[in-house]
Amino acid sequence: MAETTRTPETDRTDPTRHSAVRSLLRLWPFVRPVRARLITAACVAVIASCIGLVIPLVLKWLVDGPVAERDPGGVWLGGGYVLLLGLAEALLFGLRRWLVARPLAGVEAAMREALYRHLQRLPVAFHDRWPSGQLLSRGTTDLQLLRMFLTFPLTFLLVNGTTILVGGVILLAQRWSLGLVLLAPVLPLMALCSVFEAKYGRAARRTQDQLGDLTTVVEESVLGIRIIKGFGRHRSQARAFKELTQRLRASELRKARLLAWIWGFNTALPEIAIGGALVLGTLQVADGALSAGTLVAFLSAALALRWPVESIGFLLAMSNEAAAATDRYFEVMDERARADDDGEGDANGDGGERTEGSDVGDSDSDSDDDAAGGLVFSGVEFRYPDAAPDSPPTLKDITLHIRPGETMALVGATGSGKTTLTALVPRLYDPTAGRITLDGRDLATLSRGEARALVAVAFEEPTLFSATAAENVLMGGEHAQESDLRRALRVAQADGFVDALPNGGATEVGEQGLSLSGGQRQRLALARAVVGRPRFLILDDPLSALDVHTEALVEAALRQVLATTTALVVAHRPSTVLLADRVALLSDGKITAVGTHHELLRDNPEYATLMSGEGEGAR
Amino acid sequence: MTTTTTGQPPHPQQPEPGDSFAQDHLPTPKGASRSLLASLLAPHRRRLWAVAVVLLLQQATVQAGPLLVAYALDRAVPALRAGDHGPLIAVAVVATLCAALSGGLQLGFIRISALVSQDVLLDLRGRIFRHGQALSLDFHERYTSGRLISRATTDVESLRELLDEGLQELITIVLSTVFITATLLYLDWGFGAAALASAGPLHLFVRSFRRRSQRVYSAKSTAMAGVIVKFTETLNGIRPVQAFRRERPNDAAFARLNHHHERVNGAALLEMARYVVSSRLVANIAVAAIVLWGAYRVASGSLALGVLAAVVLYLRRLYDPIDRLGMFLNSYESAAASLQKIAGLLAQRPTVPEPAAPVTLPAVAATRPGREVAFRDVRFAYRTGGEVLPRFGLTLAAGTTVAVVGATGAGKSTLAKLLARFYDPTEGRVLLDGVDLRELSTAELRRGVVMVTQEAFLFSGTVADNIAIGRPDATREEIELAAKAIGAHDFITALPDGYDTDVRKRGGRISAGQRQLVGFARALLADPAVLILDEATSSLDIPGERAVQRAMDTVLRGRTALVIAHRLSTIEIADRVLVMADGRIVEDGSPAELIADRGRFAALHQAWRDSVG
Repeated sequence: MAETTRTPETDRTDPTRHSAVRSLLRLWPFVRPVRARLITAACVAVIASCIGLVIPLVLKWLVDGPVAERDPGGVWLGGGYVLLLGLAEALLFGLRRWLVARPLAGVEAAMREALYRHLQRLPVAFHDRWPSGQLLSRGTTDLQLLRMFLTFPLTFLLVNGTTILVGGVILLAQRWSLGLVLLAPVLPLMALCSVFEAKYGRAARRTQDQLGDLTTVVEESVLGIRIIKGFGRHRSQARAFKELTQRLRASELRKARLLAWIWGFNTALPEIAIGGALVLGTLQVADGALSAGTLVAFLSAALALRWPVESIGFLLAMSNEAAAATDRYFEVMDERARADDDGEGDANGDGGERTEGSDVGDSDSDSDDDAAGGLVFSGVEFRYPDAAPDSPPTLKDITLHIRPGETMALVGATGSGKTTLTALVPRLYDPTAGRITLDGRDLATLSRGEARALVAVAFEEPTLFSATAAENVLMGGEHAQESDLRRALRVAQADGFVDALPNGGATEVGEQGLSLSGGQRQRLALARAVVGRPRFLILDDPLSALDVHTEALVEAALRQVLATTTALVVAHRPSTVLLADRVALLSDGKITAVGTHHELLRDNPEYATLMSGEGEGAR
Repeated sequence: MTTTTTGQPPHPQQPEPGDSFAQDHLPTPKGASRSLLASLLAPHRRRLWAVAVVLLLQQATVQAGPLLVAYALDRAVPALRAGDHGPLIAVAVVATLCAALSGGLQLGFIRISALVSQDVLLDLRGRIFRHGQALSLDFHERYTSGRLISRATTDVESLRELLDEGLQELITIVLSTVFITATLLYLDWGFGAAALASAGPLHLFVRSFRRRSQRVYSAKSTAMAGVIVKFTETLNGIRPVQAFRRERPNDAAFARLNHHHERVNGAALLEMARYVVSSRLVANIAVAAIVLWGAYRVASGSLALGVLAAVVLYLRRLYDPIDRLGMFLNSYESAAASLQKIAGLLAQRPTVPEPAAPVTLPAVAATRPGREVAFRDVRFAYRTGGEVLPRFGLTLAAGTTVAVVGATGAGKSTLAKLLARFYDPTEGRVLLDGVDLRELSTAELRRGVVMVTQEAFLFSGTVADNIAIGRPDATREEIELAAKAIGAHDFITALPDGYDTDVRKRGGRISAGQRQLVGFARALLADPAVLILDEATSSLDIPGERAVQRAMDTVLRGRTALVIAHRLSTIEIADRVLVMADGRIVEDGSPAELIADRGRFAALHQAWRDSVG
């Protein structure tokens, strides 16, 4: 539970941390489409800042010149200049923001969409590993950080950097000795900044990971609300959450401490340099080597540079946060789908590397199995990618032939690997050895999309999406008609309750709609599996939540569907097994027996136990 | 109607277009966001004052610079020429001190304000989370996890922006505006008044900006929540998403939501641009106008030139914070919109509240273990209408095991949920040893009643952690004992790290049946006086179910139990069977009696016998 929420990322936060710049450069493909606007905006910002610097000079000239000389024409002219510059400054400021507003919102959206698309296509094994809160926080807070970075620090690091550079040159040109004194803190400041940057980057990364954990805990606390309430654990859950937020607070404060130090130094060191220049300048004035006016001008130029220097601290901080966000984002984006195709039938992109990951396509592939239709497992072995290398594989040497049109029941003790085996057929996972053929076609040579178009699944856990009841069913078949919908609902004995919903089949269900009971969800999921008249049907304990009466009705209707479909049905009970022509017994990841229900009941003690509990009461 | 009764009850009403849940606009009292902010900041009043003082001092050290220059030129130079180094040394010392002081003050400011902002965020996150946990099931069934996540993450984040950046902005703006306006008024009444007058049109801009950005930011928060809801739904259903090739339709749906957010997001940024342009325009025009007016006054001799020079330099600085004011308002409105949503959530009252004055249960009698359950004139209907259970009375004797069966949609689960106090009855009372459930504190209630449902959710953490939810202070031995009692020990020890195996995300590698066993072990560990099992064995295989039943014989001894099961095998251990139909109890008796009666139960029993084959 939440007290011990693990964070797969925090463990591997550091080793490969790139420099912030390298991380941020990876944003280029997303920024590229708006580069013209961004560059223009940066130029506009520079010009606007220059105008901002010029206005006081004009004002000074106006007061010292025309006004002092009582020159009405000059006053009007000067006033006109001030007005014009003021208008230009205002419009340019607005222009800068206008230029980047929509494009940067667009960059954020494009990155989010790319993340979402990518996540949908990553293998299930990836999702097993990553808590969804961590993924979600990458798609929300991290991307917001990136947008903010592109809006503000990126431009102003440039603008302020230019200002400091130009200002430095001007200062040196005005009086090189004073200029050198003023520029003396540059090196220590740079050293400080780089130390700070590395530390801050790590701290930023930590807080962002913790924010991801926080998201996970919030999500779990809602998804598991019935258990929390059922055991009255909302206090301890809240305590766990509090611990996590306190850890987050501690990291945030650590970040603030770092920022406070660097900002403090960024403030103090230039001030000391200015003080030094003042002392040196005063000496020179006293010696008559320098006029008082020049010293004043020099110092006011130096003061103008104070803000650009001070702000570097937090601009760097924001950039480092953005870099950490970029790292987090690309950590997910860099995950490659093993067989890298789109989830669609007409797979676009690179289908060339499909066979990777399974030792198939070898010369003996034209064996008898290929000629055979149906669903064939030959020598299939499977080990979860994150399993310890020395642990036994979850499935080993599975060889099983389900003939076309045949229904095979898969029976095995709890945890024997039944669900894992069924997940191989729609290529939710790929076997680590051996192969699976569908009507003679090697599954590994089919794209995931093609495989999934042939195979329909009803999962053990019936998940409905936020859509209407009818849409949820119709997801199962690409070209399914209204008549298919009715038929599928009838098969699942779901037509009655669907029609009784407030808007019938058009009623919104799922998380954002009406909540249905477990049995209702299961029947809609079953209807979804059969609506497209798939060639291959995988049913994982499809009737577990139904009562005896409904179960009998569904079985009768399902029998007709199964008569023409090649099907693999995970079964816990004799009544479900009887839907099948033959039964395969899965024991500890191996198929130990295949035969009809009655044969196995007679000959196989393990099967008899599974079907009757104590080896008694069988027919 | 052919419905089953497991899982959540159907809502008689589906969210309509005007529904406040569907639109993510929960009713919120006026000014709720402001009072929420005030209540969050109230405990930090002192620190906020400290922040203001630190900033004030810092401004002072900044202003000291020019004075120091003046002193150096006016005093130190003549003194130097006279051979006196004292004043120059004084300048050097003071300059160093000022520098160190301003750096230190900056450091102090960041640290104090970070403390304030982090404590406020901690407080707010805690409030959202605790409140979310306290709200009743019927709320969660409608609000969606995505929205709650959005409230606790992105919405809190926008308050953080306000606190981190806004605090400094606001204080600096106020300080410098007050300081400069006062100086202007001191220099010349006319200019001061003119500068004040320019605040009029600026105020109008600020107001319209605030109005517009309020709308935009509220829309933005809703749009973000929509994106998050879709995001989490997809991630949580990734298997069916991939198996049914929902990727493309999902891409399209997500693109729509995301694009909506993009538009609103862009609109928010454009509002800011519009504000910057218009307020800068007013400010710059005001500067030009005042300068011209000043020039005219100098020409007419009513104003000294030096005063005008000073005024002109200050004027620019007066309007400098306008952009920063815009940024502040920006983060303020963004935070206010989020706070509004959060306040709406916090304003929701649990429909199953904790009692103000909790009562403790009487000690369990040694002679009759378990507790007596009584439903007195209980009626249950959804708040929107739709009666589920018409008025009924029912007493379950202490220590008995009562099975509830019946056609689907009969109200079995609702009965169980009333007993578990997931819902409160619309009328009547549910009593545990004579005490109304509504008068029990949560801790006391859960010592009394625990419910195991068929959906066995696993939290991230280890298997042992998941069992320990039943009783967090349980030792490892007790946890293993509970697992052994229910037949879960073998599969758990076969896991890579045994009890310390991380179940990862939502128990990916633990089968549904095994998860139900973990759920059972959890309930056993909780050791309640009344145990409710709602379809708790639906995913077990037959040996597993048998093992559980054998365990039940010992486990249920000394407890009152209410068992709902489609598979009547469970009923063999029941002392008493209730048959429900259409929300009413239609048959009631021992299993043997009911089978002999040849009623509904006898028919169900026969059908089940046939199905087990």
